Amino acid sequence: MSAFAQTQLKETFVINLGPQHPATHGVLRVKLVMDGEYIVEAEPVLGYIHRMHEKMGENRTWAQFMPNTGRMDYLHALAYNHGYVTVVERAAGIEVPERAEYIRVITAELNRISSHLLWFGAFVLDLGGFTPLLYAFDDREQILDLLESVTGSRLTYSYFRFGGVYNDIDENFVPGALAFIKRLRERLPMYHALVTKNVILRTRLEDIGFITPEMCRKYGATGPVARGSGINFDVRKHEPYSVYPEFNFDIPVYPKGDSMARYMVRMDEIEQSMRIVEQAIAKLPDGPVMAPKAPKILKPAKGDYYHAVETARGSFGIRVVSDGTNTPYRLKLRSPTFSNLSLFGEACQGMLLPDALALMGSLDLVIPEIDR
Amino acid sequence: MIGYLKEIFSGTWSLFVGLGITIKYFFKPVVTVQYPREVLPMTPRFRGHIELTRDPETGGDKCIVCGMCQKACPSNCITVVGDKVEGAKKKALSRYILDFTKCSLCGLCVESCPADAITFSKDYNLAGPSREAYIFDLKKRLEERKG
Repeated sequence: MSAFAQTQLKETFVINLGPQHPATHGVLRVKLVMDGEYIVEAEPVLGYIHRMHEKMGENRTWAQFMPNTGRMDYLHALAYNHGYVTVVERAAGIEVPERAEYIRVITAELNRISSHLLWFGAFVLDLGGFTPLLYAFDDREQILDLLESVTGSRLTYSYFRFGGVYNDIDENFVPGALAFIKRLRERLPMYHALVTKNVILRTRLEDIGFITPEMCRKYGATGPVARGSGINFDVRKHEPYSVYPEFNFDIPVYPKGDSMARYMVRMDEIEQSMRIVEQAIAKLPDGPVMAPKAPKILKPAKGDYYHAVETARGSFGIRVVSDGTNTPYRLKLRSPTFSNLSLFGEACQGMLLPDALALMGSLDLVIPEIDR
Repeated sequence: MIGYLKEIFSGTWSLFVGLGITIKYFFKPVVTVQYPREVLPMTPRFRGHIELTRDPETGGDKCIVCGMCQKACPSNCITVVGDKVEGAKKKALSRYILDFTKCSLCGLCVESCPADAITFSKDYNLAGPSREAYIFDLKKRLEERKG
């Protein structure tokens, strides 16, 4: 905390950051009590795009909730699909063919790379650099083209089904994905030279915007935010699901806790995701992509089920309660960005406003997922 | 003091490195497409709004008016109306109303269809003057469509 913020000045004023502000990336409003350029108090105000996804789940069949999952976090939609289908498969006792699980992992990891690339571009844009955004979108476009040819959609895929995936991958997908990884491997050093080593970015991020591990535990922050504070937790590694245990990948952890640490975690995660995709493509088995015994009308047994997946923003948990009918009795969605945003109020106290915006950008907020 | 000067030098150098990269990319070929003048082909699996498929034998639709698509739709945007035809056992489709204002393009209807009567169109740049312009009668569209 700076010396300025600690002095007891009586004159403070309130400014509203948002709900329509380019730095909040959506309809998020932050009420800031300011002392000059320094933040005394910050309170995120939510609910501007609340769409009752949980309630919507209760009045439609299990399969009909599928399009909703992609509309919470539109940047990593496949991970949300994955979480939902896995928990329902567990509830209904559906076995998934191995090829389908591999395809799920490959597409979800490509989707994670695309999410991180968009975050990278938007984050640097928040700090005032426009060019990296265009380069990142160029790479992201390659992934969207690949996923579009397989899933039929560019953003809200709803590609996974109970018991498998909607379509098998086409013959262009595997060479396309490998060509993309080769291309991105060549481009990543360019990103690091252009952005990571840039003196302006370093002075804006290094030693600024600290988030302590205690803060992460207190607010339940997960994902790159927690890993940037030295907490080694990744659902893919620590509560493995799908076929993730078969791959060899590392969890990037940076103990420092400043904005730069979170930046580095995500840049390293892109590389780790590429490793997973490569290994999965090498091991991709033949076979069906849909369980032959998957029932058409789904009525999972009575019970309470929970499953968490690692999305680009953290751990996404989904709890379903079934009463044995064809609609869920209760559907609880635990979204990572909601917890990640909650610590913003505490973390940004005493910071300069532009530094707080850099901190907010490094949290990688997706607003529709906070409000659900 | 030396550290300070080093930092200034390396910082300034990083800016030149960045400028060098952007200049290099400036002379590379353009990656964007001038959209209204150039149009990229849609992928075969692209999920647009739904469309009735043509039966090659009769030239009409393949719909058996079972109502599965209507039941599968999460947003209730499909209404299938069938009439009893004299002499025939099955119902015949008279109207297939798609309320595209509510559709979220999930594709559950196409998956649920037992007769392969519906498919995805490749329309993506739709524009209309009113809300009613998006309430399609797919049967009528099929009759107006060639091929």
